Amino acid sequence: MAIELYRIDDRLIHGQVIVGWGQPMGLGFLVLVDDEVANSEWEQELYRMGVPPELDVFFASVAEATVQLDQWNRDKRPGILLTSDIDTMARLAAAKQSTIRAVNLGGIHHRADRVERLRYLYLTGDEVRALQELDRHGVEVTARDVPASRPVPLSALLEGAGREGAA
Amino acid sequence: MNERTDTAPPSIVLAHGELAAGLVSAVEQITGMGSRLVAMSNSGLSGAELEQRLRAMVEETGAKVVFTDLPAGSCNIAAFRLLRDRDVVVVSGVNLPTLLHFVLHPNPSPASAAAEAVERGAPTLKVTLGTARGN
Repeated sequence: MAIELYRIDDRLIHGQVIVGWGQPMGLGFLVLVDDEVANSEWEQELYRMGVPPELDVFFASVAEATVQLDQWNRDKRPGILLTSDIDTMARLAAAKQSTIRAVNLGGIHHRADRVERLRYLYLTGDEVRALQELDRHGVEVTARDVPASRPVPLSALLEGAGREGAA
Repeated sequence: MNERTDTAPPSIVLAHGELAAGLVSAVEQITGMGSRLVAMSNSGLSGAELEQRLRAMVEETGAKVVFTDLPAGSCNIAAFRLLRDRDVVVVSGVNLPTLLHFVLHPNPSPASAAAEAVERGAPTLKVTLGTARGN
């Protein structure tokens, strides 16, 4: 089954991931790629505390994930790979260009220098450019917080066409 | 009535969407003690913002117990983050019977009060089959 969803979400592990996506896809494992979390036992313990015991959670830096990604993709269970920001996913995608073909924007929240694109998605100019760069390299970028919502392609997102269905 | 109940800080109910407000409203309707709880929602907040607001609420109220809904949800994880440096107790998977027991049975120890409430509240979740279809 391998990693079925590459998701950018600043909340990392949370309800939409564990239940909203996880239950319909029969999630077997999660990969959390974050340089800071990968170096903090406390952060890792924190994320493991509430996760169902049958679900494996792997923590990795971008460098470690680059090495491990092929192995996770040979896993027979369906998995989700999470990063908290676009830059982390972009670095991983650049290192594994032929592996990551689609990226899901699941939640990037309000900040003073960000512009609202969807109710769960706010982007800076640099973040928009990073997503466009992913797109130019053949990575399909879509916004979708939960499986029941309509996927919004990057082009529509940047034109503002996704807002109508954002509620 | 235990005098402590009038002076104890309120506890926080932190949940997805409007759930916390609904639970606190139900506690108020059933017991008149909704003021013992403060409702918070995670709607529209990043994990960092949620943690920040929860910390501010704990500071403001002096709350010792934080009830959260979904294990591994953003509310739950935000509350867990406070365990490192705040004297709080976190309850996961809160339901109405748990909150009702908590507000009706004050205890000088917040941890004991929370544990007793969970002990009473958790088993109330059950399935009851009807007989009409041969069950």
